[in-house]
Amino acid sequence: MNTLTETASHDTEHHHGPAKGIKRWIFTTNHKDIGTLYLWFAFIMFLVGGAMAMVIRAELFQPGLQIVEPHFFNQMTTVHGLIMVFGAVMPAFTGMANWMIPMMIGAPDMALPRMNNLSFWILPFAFLILLASLFVEGGGPAFGWTFYAPLSTTYSGDSTALFVFAVHIMGISSIMGAINVIVTIWNMRAPGMTWMKMPLFVWTWFITAYLLIAVMPVLAGAVTMVLTDKYFGTSFFNAAGGGDPVMFQHIFWFFGHPEVYIMILPAFGIISTIVPTFSRKPLFGYPSMVYATASIAFLSFIVWAHHMFTTGMPVFAELFFMYCTMLISVPTGVKVFNWVATMWRGALSFEVPMLFSIAFIVLFTLGGFSGLMLAITPVDFQYHDTYFVVAHFHYVLVTGAIFSLIAATYYWLPKWTGVMYDIGLAKLHFWCSLISVNVLFFPMHFVGLAGMPRRIPDYSIQFANWNQLISLGGFAFGLSQLIFLALVIKACRKQGEPVPAKVWDGAHGLEWEVASPAPYHTFTTPPEIK
Amino acid sequence: MANQSNANTRLVNRLLLVVVAMFGFGFALVPLYDVFCDLTGLNGRSVQRVDALAQSLVDDSRVIKIEFVTFDKTGKQMTFRPQAQYLQVHPGEMKEVTFTINNPLSHLQIVQAIPSVSPGQASLYLNKAECFCFNQQSLEPERVSEFKLKFFIDKDLPKNIEVLTLAYTLYPIEQPVVAQVLRR
Ligand code: HEM
Ligand SMILES: [Cu+2]
Repeated sequence: MNTLTETASHDTEHHHGPAKGIKRWIFTTNHKDIGTLYLWFAFIMFLVGGAMAMVIRAELFQPGLQIVEPHFFNQMTTVHGLIMVFGAVMPAFTGMANWMIPMMIGAPDMALPRMNNLSFWILPFAFLILLASLFVEGGGPAFGWTFYAPLSTTYSGDSTALFVFAVHIMGISSIMGAINVIVTIWNMRAPGMTWMKMPLFVWTWFITAYLLIAVMPVLAGAVTMVLTDKYFGTSFFNAAGGGDPVMFQHIFWFFGHPEVYIMILPAFGIISTIVPTFSRKPLFGYPSMVYATASIAFLSFIVWAHHMFTTGMPVFAELFFMYCTMLISVPTGVKVFNWVATMWRGALSFEVPMLFSIAFIVLFTLGGFSGLMLAITPVDFQYHDTYFVVAHFHYVLVTGAIFSLIAATYYWLPKWTGVMYDIGLAKLHFWCSLISVNVLFFPMHFVGLAGMPRRIPDYSIQFANWNQLISLGGFAFGLSQLIFLALVIKACRKQGEPVPAKVWDGAHGLEWEVASPAPYHTFTTPPEIK
Repeated sequence: MANQSNANTRLVNRLLLVVVAMFGFGFALVPLYDVFCDLTGLNGRSVQRVDALAQSLVDDSRVIKIEFVTFDKTGKQMTFRPQAQYLQVHPGEMKEVTFTINNPLSHLQIVQAIPSVSPGQASLYLNKAECFCFNQQSLEPERVSEFKLKFFIDKDLPKNIEVLTLAYTLYPIEQPVVAQVLRR
């Protein structure tokens, strides 16, 4: 994409800069400020959810019960999952969207700045409520992030109302965020920014936003039904009143499977941005990337029951969902192929964002393979609800979604702060993370295949050695993220070499046309796009 | 600028409509699920209620084994038993089975039995003329109550089904279930 903009003119557009003090952050409608808020919030939630994972791994360090009560263990697995999904991964992507989408399409801001402020500021309350629920009598939610009925209805504690309320707020927040993204992309593109010129990060977010408005309301419906079943005597999921607990799973996974793609499509966009930069070649097969993203989004609506193979579906349904699930690996394979083809014979260099991107491609693909194994109905009867599933979704989510977010941070952080971060620390962070994440999650495949069930605080003695190793990997991975924290704080304090507007010489896109750090207001006059 | 904000409002309204529609769709899944299960017999819940007289001719050439299974989910140590573990019946032939429930507690209990047939498809061919599962039942304290099931199997039962299982799960009705949400 070739662009002609006078970078200099933007520097003079400082006429109203940010307000001073805390009020700047509370009342801000600036997409960059809100992006920053989202990213810090997500990072804090990542550390909180991570601390819960450390409790889980400490308990599982040895067989038997030693550190926490089983009921508390269940609360930890539940709230860890909820926080990582709704508090870390999703807000982090929304933060990236806020920061980058307006700059990438040459818009001065998001289309609905006040709604943007609101959609961020209700989030902390949602998570305060969720965390507070851990301290009420009877403890917080302990039914898993999937809150299957009747665990969440008949057998849940009094905090369930708080859980439902928190999920409602999270849902409203992400729906508002998604609407904002869609409206921005439809109406705010600079003249000449045609659909097929849009950067892939913008494309993938555009499609993700549609997934969000399609399925977050269904989640809201599901928690509402849980609420009325528990407190108001309805029987949506209560067999005694004519309801059906299996129906809960259908409704939940109708939301749940598109949700997992909500957490990975923007990651595809990030990787499709970074790989060409450090291969010094344009992205291989741009149109096929767009179509692949759209087909993944479409297919994600007709595969939900692969989470339910063991609920006693008729053979026809098992086969239908098995084949549809396997079909998703075709467009996913197209993407992986295109990334590799982009690198093929490119002038590769291995800056930190590229390191994380390459790790993403390899390890996400590994997670895709274990997904394919799980998609085979007859073998899923063995793997279901074991640590094999835990290994699968952590490969796609941690080394997939989270690694892409880290890669994106290393890619755009100099643009945000105006200084190059400490590259030595960044490389240390990469190698520590890469090694520890595999020590943490790879052996889970083995114990899973050998039959270790998930979400249980105790296990048979034969799994002890692997679990010890897994826990050590877990502690190491958790500690490694503190390196990242230190690095980001350092960069935000502007400790580092100043960088030019175009931080990476192979980079393309409008965000590199504006100065570093990006001025408070950019593209108040739209850039010309050739 | 005014143009732009008009366009924004229009798009926002449309997107909000999608959000509301999808919220409704989540709830619409409930009756859709029931209709789907009824049509296909999935889930084994679509047992047919018939008039006692509406019997078809008896098909003597086939013998179907029907097994009875009972579960007590009241959590109150009730003893819930069929009078026979299974029956051999000809399709079209009306049969009667008695179930007994022992209420060991010293006060009246209200319960509801929920049936389920497997294989699910067979539930479309199981016709009940009379069943204690049609209604909530009250159990006298410290007594064994008897309940009747009168049924026949439709003679169109697919040839590949030779055995079917009829399971009843007993649930306590503590407070009257307020809304029998959208159900027959
Ligand atoms: C080739 C692509 C994929 C296939 C074939 C696939 C298949 C599956 C299957 C069959 C299960 C159910 C396993 C069971 O419970 O027995 C599953 C679980 C899961 N998958 Fe995937 N998957 C794929 C990609 C992804 C991606 C990209 C993500 C997220 C970024 C993801 C996240 C999850 C999660 C979170 C679960 C577990 C949910 C739970 O029970 O808590 N998967 N996957
Ligand atoms: Cu899925």
